[in-house]
Amino acid sequence: MKGGLVREVYTWSSILAVVLASTTGDVLLSHAMKKVGDVGELRRWHGIGAVVVRVLRTKTFLAGVACMGVAFYSLLLALSWNDVSLVGPAAASLTFVGNAFAAGIFLHENVDRRRWLAALFVAAGVFLLA
Amino acid sequence: MNLRKYLVLAGVTLFSAIGDSLLSQGMKQVGNISLAHLSHVILAITNPWVALGILFLLAFFSCYMVALSWADLTYVLPATSLGYVLLAFIAKYHLQEQITTSRWLGIVLITAGVGFVAGGPEKTHDPTRGHAEVPPEVVSLRGGR
Repeated sequence: MKGGLVREVYTWSSILAVVLASTTGDVLLSHAMKKVGDVGELRRWHGIGAVVVRVLRTKTFLAGVACMGVAFYSLLLALSWNDVSLVGPAAASLTFVGNAFAAGIFLHENVDRRRWLAALFVAAGVFLLA
Repeated sequence: MNLRKYLVLAGVTLFSAIGDSLLSQGMKQVGNISLAHLSHVILAITNPWVALGILFLLAFFSCYMVALSWADLTYVLPATSLGYVLLAFIAKYHLQEQITTSRWLGIVLITAGVGFVAGGPEKTHDPTRGHAEVPPEVVSLRGGR
């Protein structure tokens, strides 16, 4: 009984950490890649080396990767305590909703009714897959 | 949207699903890790399945970065969510799990969500518009913005 409770606490704490870290990481990475510009066009004009250097010199990219690192290890921790069929969808569905809020606020994306419906449908669908 | 962009989104979808299922298989071999032995989570990358999973997730990350360079975050995430449907089928055929009625409903909802976002524009706002860091040749290619 106690072991079951500890397992639940570890699982959901890790999932919360995944959601917070990956939402922050996604917003930072999205901002960084908009700053870099269309990678396909840049590669055509300057070559892949210049694109890699340009990406690696963007501070928000490095901060985003650090957040993704935290999210990755939190995910590993969660997977060590519960099945991928619970951890993956639960973390992902909450991250979808978190990202829709964060993208509207921090990236000023036009999160209209169509995109909210998409985020909520996908979040609900991912949750049902658990 | 052109073929190259669809292929990038397909790469995000496929590499993510395969990477996640490889990580799951590896972590099942590694076993439970408590906060008292947190270093074990770093050593987990020496497991071959976890290492292979990381390689696939690196491929996913590259495709994801390319997609974010020309599309909104709120477009890329739902558009690539079919990976979860793929993950369910991997679980069914590889891990011998059952797909119940609620899982089928989940698959239908995800597919509908992808349909919603795929019908709209991939980019609605550039948070860096006006920044000098976008090279002039790219600005001209984007239509002289």
